Amino acid sequence: MEKRTLFEIKALYRDDFRITGFSFGKGEKAACIVGSMRGNENQQLYCCSQLIRKLKALEEQGGIREGKEILVVPCVNPYSMNIKKRFWSIDNTDINRMFPGYSEGETTQRIAGGLFEAIQDYSYGIQFASFYMPGHFVPHIRVMKTGFEDVEAARKFGFPYVVLHTPRPFDTTTLNYNWQVWETKAFSVYTTTTEQVDKDSARHAVESVLSFLEKEGILDYHGFEGYVSKVVSTEEMVTVRTKTAGFLEGKVKAGEHVRRGELLACIVDCYEGTIIEEIHAPVEGTVLFAHAEARAYQNTAVYKLIPEKEDW
Amino acid sequence: MIQTVARAGLPVDELQEIRKMRIEPLRGGNGKRISIVTGIHGDELEGQYVCYRLSGYLKEHRECLRGMVDIYPALNPFGIDSITRGIPAFDLDMNRIFPGNTEGDMNEYLAAEIIRDIEGSDLVLDIHASNIFLTEVPQIRINELHQDRLVPYAKEANVDFIWVHGASTVLESTFAHSLNIRNTPTLVVEMGVGMRITKEYGEQLFAGIIHLMKLLDIWDGEDYPVRRPVISSGYDDVCFLNASSSGIFLKNRNHGAMLKKDDLIGTIVNPLSGEVIDEIKSPADGWLFTIREYPVVSEGSLMGRVLRKEVYDTGKGEEADHGKKDTV
Repeated sequence: MEKRTLFEIKALYRDDFRITGFSFGKGEKAACIVGSMRGNENQQLYCCSQLIRKLKALEEQGGIREGKEILVVPCVNPYSMNIKKRFWSIDNTDINRMFPGYSEGETTQRIAGGLFEAIQDYSYGIQFASFYMPGHFVPHIRVMKTGFEDVEAARKFGFPYVVLHTPRPFDTTTLNYNWQVWETKAFSVYTTTTEQVDKDSARHAVESVLSFLEKEGILDYHGFEGYVSKVVSTEEMVTVRTKTAGFLEGKVKAGEHVRRGELLACIVDCYEGTIIEEIHAPVEGTVLFAHAEARAYQNTAVYKLIPEKEDW
Repeated sequence: MIQTVARAGLPVDELQEIRKMRIEPLRGGNGKRISIVTGIHGDELEGQYVCYRLSGYLKEHRECLRGMVDIYPALNPFGIDSITRGIPAFDLDMNRIFPGNTEGDMNEYLAAEIIRDIEGSDLVLDIHASNIFLTEVPQIRINELHQDRLVPYAKEANVDFIWVHGASTVLESTFAHSLNIRNTPTLVVEMGVGMRITKEYGEQLFAGIIHLMKLLDIWDGEDYPVRRPVISSGYDDVCFLNASSSGIFLKNRNHGAMLKKDDLIGTIVNPLSGEVIDEIKSPADGWLFTIREYPVVSEGSLMGRVLRKEVYDTGKGEEADHGKKDTV
């Protein structure tokens, strides 16, 4: 294992800002794995820490294939993590909206640019990603439709689902999108949580990544076989929204199968404690995402369902 | 008359409402409409003064109105109320969610209702105030995709500068782009600095809006003379100045200053050691139309923008009055 600084900025009063990478094996740039990019992504950082631990042991046992190099970047934004701020400490910009970056630009453009220079040209790019809304996911792989996406490769992670996502304008400045534009096959790994560490989910995600690297001939590893993934596009998902605002009492969890008409959640009046809305499943299917805040606003997407299909 | 454009219920005893003031002619009217919009970013307050001036002035002179005026002072009321640039609780830049979605979450729904309400206006002005970090001379920024239609309006808006910039996919989710592609001409004004109100700039834009209303046949009262702006549309017209080190910025020149190449714009210092870490100098002869206002800087922070003198001279007429207060 080689630990090296990929990008650095001198600070006035804080320690220097550093992005640290851990590389395993020597040779062609086979795979790069990126962890937390925002200050609240504890689960994503934890996943990388466990991956580094496993890869270090594998390397010592000769488990990295000859001529292959793997790079792990556990944290892109230590400054924000250390002060518990989600975005960049001074101007609140999101590094994951700055790719491919610009070395002569503003601070977060420089960070994105410096990181991208160090992590492009890998055959595979894997990011432990988070969703902008608080909640729980069924672990899945997300692939952006850019024309360079590789769905068959995504299945090799062995997650229950591969989600195909059509990029919107603001997605064009994310790491995943730009990796693909520069011909790295990119995958976003969504585990169950963001701020809270879910060790079981993290272990599952690490096993999936190692299994993927083994199937792609980068590692020698015998572990997790995984699921036969179902591929679903974001357009096929059914979003269930609140019509009112109040306390959210969820009745089902991510991963549960629900029948059409089944009670998913209730909205409770914040003052009087009465149920003001019952939310029922509009279709039969599996809960991919369940919102997890105490209160919900009107029109909040509290569940995302993958409808049941006979022809999976 | 105050009207509600969109509303959404909140969990605890509150309703979020986006409101506008509609001012109509005393009798009839020609059906034309101008919309004045501000407050997408909660920390940009320069537009508040413009809305206040317009609303008060036009209500007093309704006899001079031939068309309608819609004034939207707060598209992001939570942000304005909590000194937050984005939408609080969602950590979301409101100017990246347009045109919205009536079936989407609360913010997407509100955005969609705003677009629905404003679409069809004969002209829209979306007033911004840079941010808390930079001070800007009054200017209008135009996506090159829409320059043919928008530059003629912008020339009459009494701003100092028109900056035609390149297209970018990420900007397709802005308020202005969403309206411009719906055939509703929308100008983006940037002036002053975040969290402050510069009355002088507010009066300048107020006069420009009255003049535009006159041209659009919405206003039949007194007209105001407008200044001729500098226009830049070349890729290399503008020099960007970025900090090479982190530190505290002390500025020597104000925005609007005319600079010679290598003129000192400011210094970056280290208060701990008492040293000057970096000197920010002008890379060319030109016009300083943006200057760093917030003193704490990181490596890469934007310190200013300079429009090259040759472009300034080409685009500027005799009535130039920039650079009067050009030193600190």
